[in-house]
Amino acid sequence: MQMTSDNENWEPKIIAFCCNWCSYSGADLAGTNRLSYPANVKIIRVPCSCRINPMFILRAFQRGADGVILCGCHPGDCHYMTGNYHTRRRMTLLFSMLDFLGIEKERTRVEWVSAAEGQRFVDVMNDFVGQITELGPSRRLEDLRCRTN
Amino acid sequence: MQKIGVFVCHCGTNIAATVDVEAVAEAARHVPGVVYATDYTYMCSQSGQDLIKDAVKKYGLTGVVVCSCSPRMHEKTFRKAVNSIGMNPYMLEIANIREQCSWVHKDKEVGTEKAISLMKAAVAKVELDAPLTAGETPVVKRALVIGGGIAGMQTALDIADAGYDVDIVEKNPTIGGKMAQLDKTFPTLDCSSCIVTPKMVDVGQNDKIHIYSYSEVTDVKGFVGNFKVTIKRKARYVDETKCTGCGLCTEKCPMKKAPNEFNLGLNNRTAIYIPFAQAVPKVATIDPNYCLMLNKGVCGLCSKVCDAHAINYKDTDKEIEVEYGAIVAATGYEIMDVSKYDEYAYAQSPDVVTSLEYERLMNAAGPTGGELLRPSDHKRPKTIVFVQCVGSRECDSTRGGKPYCSKICCMYTAKHAMLTKDHYPDTDIYVFYIDVRTPGKNFDEFYRRAVEQYGVHYIKGAVGKVTPENGKLIVQASDLLMNEQLTINADMVVLAAAIEPSHSARHLATLLTASMDTNDWFTEAHPKLRPVESPTAGVFLSGVCQGPKDIPETVAQAGAAASKVIGLLSKDKLAGNPCVAHSDEMMCTGCSQCADVCPYGAITYVDKEFRMPDRTTKVRRVAEVNPAVCQGCGACTVTCPSGAMDLNGFSNSEIMAEVDALCR
Ligand SMILES: Cc1cc2nc3c(=O)[nH]c(=O)nc-3n(C[C@H](O)[C@H](O)[C@H](O)COP(=O)(O)OP(=O)(O)OC[C@H]3O[C@@H](n4cnc5c(N)ncnc54)[C@H](O)[C@@H]3O)c2cc1C
Ligand code: SF4
Ligand code: SF4
Repeated sequence: MQMTSDNENWEPKIIAFCCNWCSYSGADLAGTNRLSYPANVKIIRVPCSCRINPMFILRAFQRGADGVILCGCHPGDCHYMTGNYHTRRRMTLLFSMLDFLGIEKERTRVEWVSAAEGQRFVDVMNDFVGQITELGPSRRLEDLRCRTN
Repeated sequence: MQKIGVFVCHCGTNIAATVDVEAVAEAARHVPGVVYATDYTYMCSQSGQDLIKDAVKKYGLTGVVVCSCSPRMHEKTFRKAVNSIGMNPYMLEIANIREQCSWVHKDKEVGTEKAISLMKAAVAKVELDAPLTAGETPVVKRALVIGGGIAGMQTALDIADAGYDVDIVEKNPTIGGKMAQLDKTFPTLDCSSCIVTPKMVDVGQNDKIHIYSYSEVTDVKGFVGNFKVTIKRKARYVDETKCTGCGLCTEKCPMKKAPNEFNLGLNNRTAIYIPFAQAVPKVATIDPNYCLMLNKGVCGLCSKVCDAHAINYKDTDKEIEVEYGAIVAATGYEIMDVSKYDEYAYAQSPDVVTSLEYERLMNAAGPTGGELLRPSDHKRPKTIVFVQCVGSRECDSTRGGKPYCSKICCMYTAKHAMLTKDHYPDTDIYVFYIDVRTPGKNFDEFYRRAVEQYGVHYIKGAVGKVTPENGKLIVQASDLLMNEQLTINADMVVLAAAIEPSHSARHLATLLTASMDTNDWFTEAHPKLRPVESPTAGVFLSGVCQGPKDIPETVAQAGAAASKVIGLLSKDKLAGNPCVAHSDEMMCTGCSQCADVCPYGAITYVDKEFRMPDRTTKVRRVAEVNPAVCQGCGACTVTCPSGAMDLNGFSNSEIMAEVDALCR
């Protein structure tokens, strides 16, 4: 089956890496407050945004993800003091490499969401899902052998 | 291959309403590796936990997935449960199908599909989980309290009472905090000094308590049970061990123009000073900004008169490093700067004062000896206007306004009004308020006394403008209930200025890696259930640094913080976090990049002997992580160019497996 953005049934697959201390709690807070965001956002918990290896992001694209978003504590508020500064620098590099590989840079994003920002988490996710939906499926890095449907 | 059990919780209807829990369990039964799956109303209940334990035994499970609420809620509960029957707690993972699924998605089909996907990711992770054991670290049996106000003092006294050593670091020359500056205290109107100075003496004389006054914390390393704290002892130019506090130097000092901070600059003090008569420690301090000897090299009078030979003009800041098992923040508050509120003419007229300044003007030990005289001409004010909520409950922050209620102002304004009337019954007093908030034992009665017995004019409304004119303050205001404009010819205006966190609190929070809210109050680990702990293990909160409070609440919280500290210090050893980094020495090239990014200095390098394929041996430098120091952030794992570093509990392969499962 050929999937394109014209296909009505197409829903983007989105992986959200969230740091345990701020963003994962922010996502929990969104739930506690019964706010809603699209179900295709799936969260992977990591201790700190600096734990996110660029390999994980490439792997997600290879496995058919259409967008990958990284969330961490606001600069200056990292639970591990400097973790998110590393993230910021690494991801700037990775994003330019993705650009080089032909992945639209809008497919990846770094956002800072604190444990108190349930609403912000939701706003960020709604915005990101909207953006990826507009871009359509990501095919460039996808390994078709991994496709399950 | 693991033998995995999957347990899907209904959470009453919290999950079951939007996720078909039976379908999730059924889907689990078809996932390779899963040998047992079931659903249950409340997994976290005793019977739910028993159900898991029984299944582990019956099916010989080696790994468990619980599909339930956030791991932040019950990961510990479930891990403890499986551990009680001998399974390694780190062989259990949670799929968060409540906060991140059933509560955010309304459609049952969508919710169920996502829950299945989250369950599969958790199974994929458990498949790769390895048993982890936490190392143990000894607990240093000494606590540090930062801030010596009533909060810090009470916490220190309670900890000392339990038999542990406590140090107080106070930035000012004396402990006591704001309470030492107050006149009388609501709701009982007992004299503040009479209750706080005996406490200060108790602290000063307790053998278990050591006070580092005129000192600051400049660095914090380590972790719960084992903090290493650098304390800067600011140069006082007086040897604390020799000074007897006789005060002769302060009488002789010719430089008398330094603003007296204890009286909020309402009068002056000498360059060498003791903040107030009951200061603890009662030791003189030289103010380097004003001392003639330090600035011009001439004078030296204090040194000549000091019989104890305590003066040392060559004193310098000194840093010491001390180890602690627990740290308590008790840094209190400050009064917000209201000079940006032009309408109240605070900057223009000395007769417009803040409530804390008013407190000093009424105090027997204050600049006027307790006689209420207005600052400009030292005459007794006949008409006084109090303005409530200055800078509090304000959504617009351009002038430094605060969104929160400062909580204490309604009560202390009623107190000020009554105390003034007590001394000078002919004074006319107006209080402008938005709301009067007096929840608290005997609080509303107290306020009503001000209105009913003392005849204080309470007016609901806002003060629009204060204009200094011919020695008077023309107050233009609106009365919202009568719907009329008022003009009052006042002699003094008192502003109930908002309180804000100590200006050093943010820097301190960074050193402690403790969190703060958007207003810079320290955040508690849980707003209801863990109100005196910060989210950082081993760091506790006492008093107003966590949010506005009056004295009774501050003291209650201070005691609660102490009991948490005592609980921690009573343990000899703490189980560490086993989710730490480790490097594969066969892959490590010893490049040092990991140590550069580690914020805790957990990585060192050792020379190790390796046997080569040709049977020779070779010595190579490799990275070694100290598991007691590593906090498990994972920065090093991504930095390592050789792929040698990995993190327990969040390994590369585990995260990749989760990615794969979620993308399927
Ligand atoms: C005008 C006014 C009137 C009041 N009247 C009453 C009343 O009648 N009844 C009542 O119950 N409450 C009253 N209060 C409230 C009362 O003052 C507080 O509840 C109480 O003082 C809080 O104590 P604390 O120890 O938390 O803070 P603080 O008293 O502010 O003490 C904090 C201490 O920490 C020190 N510190 C700060 N930062 C650092 C740092 N980085 N390193 C080292 N030390 C540091 C400070 O120097 C200070 O000594 C009043 C408040 C005001 C403003
Ligand atoms: S995970 Fe690595 S960088 Fe982070 S604390 Fe441990 S050793 Fe240091
Ligand atoms: S970064 Fe990797 S290779 Fe370099 S020293 Fe650290 S563990 Fe070894």
